[in-house]
Amino acid sequence: MSMASNAWLLKSALVLRRSLLVLLLIPGLQQALAADGMAKPVGEPVIEARVNKLAEELRCLTCMGQSIADSQSSFSSDMKREIRDMIRAGKNDREIMDFMVQRYGDFVLYRPPVKSTTWLLWGGPFLILILSLIFLMLKLKKRAGQTAAELTATEHQEAVRLLGKREGDHS
Amino acid sequence: MRRFLFPLVVFIVLAGFLAAGLRLNPREVPSPLIGKPVPNFRLVQLHTSDKFIAPEDLRGKVWLLNVWASWCVSCRQEHPVLIELDRQKRITIIGLNYKDERSAAINWLQQHGGDPYLVSAVDADGRVGIDFGVYGVPETFLIDKNGVIRYKHIGPVTAEVLKAKILPLADELSRG
Repeated sequence: MSMASNAWLLKSALVLRRSLLVLLLIPGLQQALAADGMAKPVGEPVIEARVNKLAEELRCLTCMGQSIADSQSSFSSDMKREIRDMIRAGKNDREIMDFMVQRYGDFVLYRPPVKSTTWLLWGGPFLILILSLIFLMLKLKKRAGQTAAELTATEHQEAVRLLGKREGDHS
Repeated sequence: MRRFLFPLVVFIVLAGFLAAGLRLNPREVPSPLIGKPVPNFRLVQLHTSDKFIAPEDLRGKVWLLNVWASWCVSCRQEHPVLIELDRQKRITIIGLNYKDERSAAINWLQQHGGDPYLVSAVDADGRVGIDFGVYGVPETFLIDKNGVIRYKHIGPVTAEVLKAKILPLADELSRG
């Protein structure tokens, strides 16, 4: 009896541990833990990974069409240094992004926030999609009303001749 | 005839957007700092390394902060304009010597016609530059008597920009 319950306890402990490990693999949860300061980044690789993740989201303003992570420019390396220092100082991702926006504006973000000045940017594609669907529906409705004109007997014969007398040609 | 009208209208609208886009300078990013207090700093002076300069030293004055460096090629273009502006004594010009070496900066001023700056602040690691949202040198900020940034010019200052934008605004701010 006690042997059996011990084995059961051990098994459930193992299952519990495994599920906790799985939970840790969920990126959102990791982020939430990091934001709460529960899982403080330890060691350089962790810091560099966070620097890179944030740098992917920031536009290099001196080089057109590159993120700070992709760029080798001195502007980008300064930005990365700044991000690294802020991470070391215990700032969370939100605070770091706010720091950048305060200085460089929303343009520095690759994913600008939805607000009154950017609604066209975010909503524009959907607006165009809806308008095109309405246009297409109207077109199709109009087309459905039309019927193909019947061929007259002479037109039919002419068509058969042009198509190389396929009709009745069974050989 | 009507079936061509719709594509034509779409084309004209699209061409209009593209034409407007071509005229914009992609390097000119509107600064979120306009209307905000000047970022605080306390930096050593270029010529007297035991003295400091901070924005509160300039309170009550309308001043220009010009970000420059000896390695900056376009700075050569604007330098004569700044020297001429300094000669007119219409406005205080403070330099922010950005990510530069002291000796190279001092030499550069001598070689390029003089020093238009009342004081140049040494921002060797570019930290203060980041607080100002600097990403391309030269950049110029117009700051009012209360230490609020009123205007930012990206790229070399030209006589036209001074005449059309910076000096009229500076005069208005000095009066007010």
